[in-house]
Amino acid sequence: MLVLSGIVVVIVGFAARINPLLVIVVSALLTGLAAGLNIVEVVAALGKAFNDSRYISVVWLILPAIGLLERAGLQERARTLIAGLQSATTGRLLSLYFLLRQITAALGLHSLGGQAQMVRPLIAPMAEAAAESRLGALPDDWRQRIRAQAAAVDNIALFFGEDIFIAIGSILLIVGFLAANGIVVEPLALALWAIPTALAAAAIHLLRLRRFDRRLARALSVPEALK
Amino acid sequence: MIGLHEVYLVAGLMFGGFALASAYDLANPKRWNNAAFWGLFALSFLFGDQFGDLANGVLVIAMVLIAGVGGLGQGEPRTTSAEERRASSAKLGMRLLVPALAIPLVTLVCVLGLKGVTANGQPLIEAKHATLVALTGGALAAVLLGVLLLRQPISAAAQEGRRLMDTVGWAALLPQMLASLGAVFALSGVGPVIGDIAKGMAISGPLVSVAAYCIGMALFTMIMGNAFAAFPVMTAGLGLPLIVTANGGDPVAMSAIGMLAGFCGTLMTPMAANFNLVPAALLELHDRNAVIKAQTPTALALLAFNIVLMALVVYR
Repeated sequence: MLVLSGIVVVIVGFAARINPLLVIVVSALLTGLAAGLNIVEVVAALGKAFNDSRYISVVWLILPAIGLLERAGLQERARTLIAGLQSATTGRLLSLYFLLRQITAALGLHSLGGQAQMVRPLIAPMAEAAAESRLGALPDDWRQRIRAQAAAVDNIALFFGEDIFIAIGSILLIVGFLAANGIVVEPLALALWAIPTALAAAAIHLLRLRRFDRRLARALSVPEALK
Repeated sequence: MIGLHEVYLVAGLMFGGFALASAYDLANPKRWNNAAFWGLFALSFLFGDQFGDLANGVLVIAMVLIAGVGGLGQGEPRTTSAEERRASSAKLGMRLLVPALAIPLVTLVCVLGLKGVTANGQPLIEAKHATLVALTGGALAAVLLGVLLLRQPISAAAQEGRRLMDTVGWAALLPQMLASLGAVFALSGVGPVIGDIAKGMAISGPLVSVAAYCIGMALFTMIMGNAFAAFPVMTAGLGLPLIVTANGGDPVAMSAIGMLAGFCGTLMTPMAANFNLVPAALLELHDRNAVIKAQTPTALALLAFNIVLMALVVYR
């Protein structure tokens, strides 16, 4: 039971808004010590895990390219593009991106989108511009909400699209786990079971984006004097 | 063969560049903290395999202390003003989109097109890390196009990269740190302990078992930050004994839908930092949980959907 102390540290630390990096290190040290390792062994275990996980931070390699394009006016270009489309609304634009992201992920192209390479330079500015060109200047709280919605669309479409692809990590993990328990299963059989939830995710989220559009329009069309 | 080694070399050089540029940025009152933080990250990418586990552990703790106690500052790299950007956007027009679209295009070519290509009898790209190599190639191609096609100075790539990196700040290290924490949890046997607790809850009955397994997957995913870590624990602890062995359910439908129930948890937890906290930093949101809040209604509705779906199909 003592090895669960690290989990408690994480929950309390995140809730208390202490710097998450500190929380994680304390949690890792405590968990290792509770499992009977000595302090040198725990630090070494953390170091090995960190070194083995470097591939996760490779995603930051995209930042110089994105920054360079922003310097040249990419976000402004994305805005202009959308501002010229009369029928574009924030919700419709994000819905379109949702479907594109989900379908490409289902085909195994899960690295086509992403928060740093698509959402920040293109999708978020476009979603803001769609609202601005129809409804006028955006108050800061709605700008923030639109950006959060843009990030959410990328995540949800990815999660509930990628599992339809048979060679994705989660499907391979299930195949391996079941095989270790004496159950042989074809990846395709698992991938097919991802389709109903993929459709439900699209239906639910597209509906929510329509409601978001309506709320946005209502909030921004109220005359200043009545606010 | 192009693989992880080359990717890490590029990453190490980039972070080294950020560290150097930070050290010379007099506008940042904490420039030495920034320089040390990104400098250590650069060392990890360049020499991590030579350091040995203990030295790597000390390096991690040093980075965390710099960011968590000393704090990182925001540099002020030279960039263009809003005016200049509007003018540049008008002048460059659609050409601006070419490097941006080159990133997914190069990724596509690397992942699909170069799969079978060999050089000197070896595959050109290490298959296991094709996605990372593709991402690196796409990033380098976009910078190159930015310089050649859009006439941006090459030095701007380093400065603009640092500008965005400082926007993200210490959160940039979170995803890797959480993965490391997960590895320490696994090493310490946290999973089996949770599995034993789940087993001890005396759940029975076909429908209750389905609900317990799905909700357990979502909750444990929220604690661990990813469904991959939760799946073996919850499926061995609840899924297989209750749904399959006791009630004769289909392990295939159960596993597939159970994993998706876990994904619902991923959408609702700060522990999935790369999906939830990093975008909040990248988009400069005041509330670091804003993305989680935007996702939670969809996640809860989908969790309910998955429970109902599994209950309907798993015992057929």
